[in-house]
Amino acid sequence: MPDGLYRGGLGAIAALFCVLITALVVTVAFQAASALNHFGLGFLVGTTWDPVHAHYGALPFIIGTLETTGIAMVLAVPIGLGTSMFLVHGIHGRIRAVLSTAVELLAAVPSVVYGLWALLVLAPWVRTIIEPALASITGGTGLFGGPQLGIGLLLAGLVLVVMVLPTMVAISRDVIAAVPDEQVEGAFALGATRWQVLWRVVLPSARTGLLGAVTLSMGRALGETIAVTMVIGNSTAIAHSLFSPSATLSSQIANQFTEATEPFHLSSLMALALILLVIAVIVNIAARLLVGSFGRDRSAASVAVL
Amino acid sequence: MTTTSSPQAESDPVLARRRNIQSIAARSFGRRQLYSRVALAVCGVFLLMTLIPLVSVITYTAQRGLQAWSVSFFTKLPTPTGIPGGGIWNAIVGSLIIDAMAVAGAIPFGILGGLFLAESDGRIAGGIRFAADVMSGVPSIVLGIFAYIALVKTLGHFSAIAASFAIGVLMVPIIMRASETALRSVPRSLSEAGLALGARRAAVSRRVVLPAALPGLITSVLLALSRGVGETAPLLFTAIGSEYFSTSPVKPIAALPLVVYQDGIQAYSDLQTRAWGTAFFLVLLVLTLSIGSRLVAARLRRARR
Repeated sequence: MPDGLYRGGLGAIAALFCVLITALVVTVAFQAASALNHFGLGFLVGTTWDPVHAHYGALPFIIGTLETTGIAMVLAVPIGLGTSMFLVHGIHGRIRAVLSTAVELLAAVPSVVYGLWALLVLAPWVRTIIEPALASITGGTGLFGGPQLGIGLLLAGLVLVVMVLPTMVAISRDVIAAVPDEQVEGAFALGATRWQVLWRVVLPSARTGLLGAVTLSMGRALGETIAVTMVIGNSTAIAHSLFSPSATLSSQIANQFTEATEPFHLSSLMALALILLVIAVIVNIAARLLVGSFGRDRSAASVAVL
Repeated sequence: MTTTSSPQAESDPVLARRRNIQSIAARSFGRRQLYSRVALAVCGVFLLMTLIPLVSVITYTAQRGLQAWSVSFFTKLPTPTGIPGGGIWNAIVGSLIIDAMAVAGAIPFGILGGLFLAESDGRIAGGIRFAADVMSGVPSIVLGIFAYIALVKTLGHFSAIAASFAIGVLMVPIIMRASETALRSVPRSLSEAGLALGARRAAVSRRVVLPAALPGLITSVLLALSRGVGETAPLLFTAIGSEYFSTSPVKPIAALPLVVYQDGIQAYSDLQTRAWGTAFFLVLLVLTLSIGSRLVAARLRRARR
């Protein structure tokens, strides 16, 4: 095969991949068009989702997505970064290798398994222990008010914490380990303690990469479907408490898609998918730009984790 | 902390200042060390907080899953709710068919795409690399919807092939990026030797570069499979699940993740037991693929050394 044909053929395959991505965006947008045309921008701020009267708005699900992701990130960022720092600078030798591999392997556990575990193991525990404890703080009002069902926003956020931690730890551990030894040793030589080295030298130096790791994990949390659908309670009303059942963009699609017989209902679900796609792409572009520096020659294992 | 002392120290302002700083550092050392120990202990607690739920997921799934396991669990078709016995044979076959078709479609695209990326450094390649990375962050349910529009709507019914399409699209960027890394790690001197002998680029790739990178390529495919096997969301509106045995690519089909999802959310204990049994099987499958890919990669690294 002549060189020109070979290079052209490979280029064509790579181009086909770009065509595929374009087709993905265009087809989803096209299917969403009839709902978006009808409701206009009002779709984004509409608060009712009423298949009976064919009235659809995306706001409850946008809020639900932001809330579950918010809960997940508030807890996962300190826990994940602390774990990574401990894995790199707190322990050494064989234990470190074993624990690092264990965390990475757990990133491969399918989300449906996390969902099953959250629904049948974590939910009763949240209902009987965590929710009463939180409710007693605010006296059963506000953020921690309402009936304690186990299932709801809080549980969805908690299962997301468990699910994004392996991803976050795997990437941020690499980022922290990539901080040049000279900087670390220099700080130790000046008499800094282990924590001072971590806090004043390693973290600032790894800042961009860590932000990328956090953003990538956030992308994971935003789009996670199955586990969230299993535990969030699937209510189309805007939640007023962390204990309330709710829904996210992806859980609403997963839950209603096969029941949607009306073309308009289907189109509205496609519009939710389009919103989700746009948010996910923006978050991922931001993350890749941040992690960028070690983007090209990643280890094969981290490709899967990402 | 020890302070340095030398004959001229009393007169030299720089040395005096250094001694001053060192004495301050030495005085605060105990306090700083305590603070450091406490902070690192907190990080250790965070490590436990990461590991405990994950270990709980695995052990609980193993414990509940093993109770469901029996020979007939793996060899029989599901029985109607309430009737004991029955298994997940149809879902095992279904997942096998979906994922085999998906990986068969994704391998040529992924590896040739990876070859393109490994051989190019220009702007276009950079753009495609970036697109592949962003693509792997697209929520898998959106890929399911894409497959629904492309294949379910046009064919008029749910099918295994639509599920394979969704999973295949998910696998392509993974194979592409991982195989690029594997192909780049083949020493340049090998392909240059081939070119110097007068071989064409296509022949060098086929006879030299691809065989040399084979373990890495296997790793990339195993990684993609371990991701694809456990994906549930893309199957919801494509394979949709089935209680019957089917090997037809154009009919609805059962799949392991769908059994876990659809049975797990039911309030019947026999269905939940089946969900746990299937979940444990799925976990073992995914971990085997994942560990397998690591072993291949580790052997590759040793061989290189």
